[in-house]
Amino acid sequence: MFSFITLGLANYSLIVKQPHSTIDILSSDEISSDDPNAEKSFDMMMEVLMHKRCVNCHPAGDTPLQGEDSHLHNFGIVRGEDGHGLAGYTCGTCHQEENNKISGVPGAPEWAVAPAEMVWEGKSRVEIATQMMDPARNGGRTPEEIEKHLTEHELVLWAWEPGIDAEGMPREKPPVPVDEYITAVKNWIHAGAIIPAQ
Amino acid sequence: MKISFTINGENQIVDVDGETPLLWVIRDGLDLKGTKYGCGKAACGACTIHVEGNAVRSCSYPVKMAEGKNIITIEGLSTGNNLHPVQQAWKEEVVPQCGYCQPGFMMATAAMLSDIPKPTDKDIDQNIINICRCATYYRMRKAIHRAAEIQSQSPSL
Repeated sequence: MFSFITLGLANYSLIVKQPHSTIDILSSDEISSDDPNAEKSFDMMMEVLMHKRCVNCHPAGDTPLQGEDSHLHNFGIVRGEDGHGLAGYTCGTCHQEENNKISGVPGAPEWAVAPAEMVWEGKSRVEIATQMMDPARNGGRTPEEIEKHLTEHELVLWAWEPGIDAEGMPREKPPVPVDEYITAVKNWIHAGAIIPAQ
Repeated sequence: MKISFTINGENQIVDVDGETPLLWVIRDGLDLKGTKYGCGKAACGACTIHVEGNAVRSCSYPVKMAEGKNIITIEGLSTGNNLHPVQQAWKEEVVPQCGYCQPGFMMATAAMLSDIPKPTDKDIDQNIINICRCATYYRMRKAIHRAAEIQSQSPSL
């Protein structure tokens, strides 16, 4: 039997339906802790969050990862105090607000490394989801703010428009289409952000 | 596409494809040849300039993003006849060998010193990540410390 860790969340009354999604977004009233839809939504969301396009910027150390093999970022780049690099170079020294088709340098607004307390690299999906919903480790975000970050933040959605690398090769996208991912995140959070025990 | 910006204190308007790397506009359009092309993918740092005071790789910076910005290249680093502390230190320590990459290093160093006025060796290692094929790193390290010393004696800089 599927078991759950339940986080205390406010009820959600907003119901959003996206016509092109394969899963309808449901209100909390429509989803119970044993609703298979919640489990499916969690699985789908975590398939994305554990993809290299996300984990590369949630590294275990101070250096972000890059590339399809998630190697340490070239040149010994480090996070810096604010997640935007150091005085001699910031993320913006190379990464602009959009992908550069000529040089292959990826870009999106607010390009940054996630704070040290938001390490995802090497963690299980349960560990990632648990810390993601923990205000002590998620930058003090409410569930609503987490939902907004995961579904609206341009830096996150860049994962589906990752551009080409310096060799002109397209970067791999997450394994779930963006509209299905957004629906899954909303469903999971609206249902109470229930995290399976394992 | 018309794009206006300030470069080395002068207002400029260029009419060019917005995706053109700023480096090409600087070198070929404005004839400022001090900024160099190295790798073309923001890796080597030879093309480093300042945009709004921050170090930027101009080979990987579409000119459309320069709209309304304040740009400084190596030609604009000094003020009048006064060399910037980084330029003065580079001369004193005779840092350049072939010299090709040095403008980029100097611009990166100037950006670092504006935020870290007394960098340690570790600060230098972490902040100055450009590439020099003549391997002038040892002399650059000495020059960076010297530049910090000169700058500390010229607090207005």
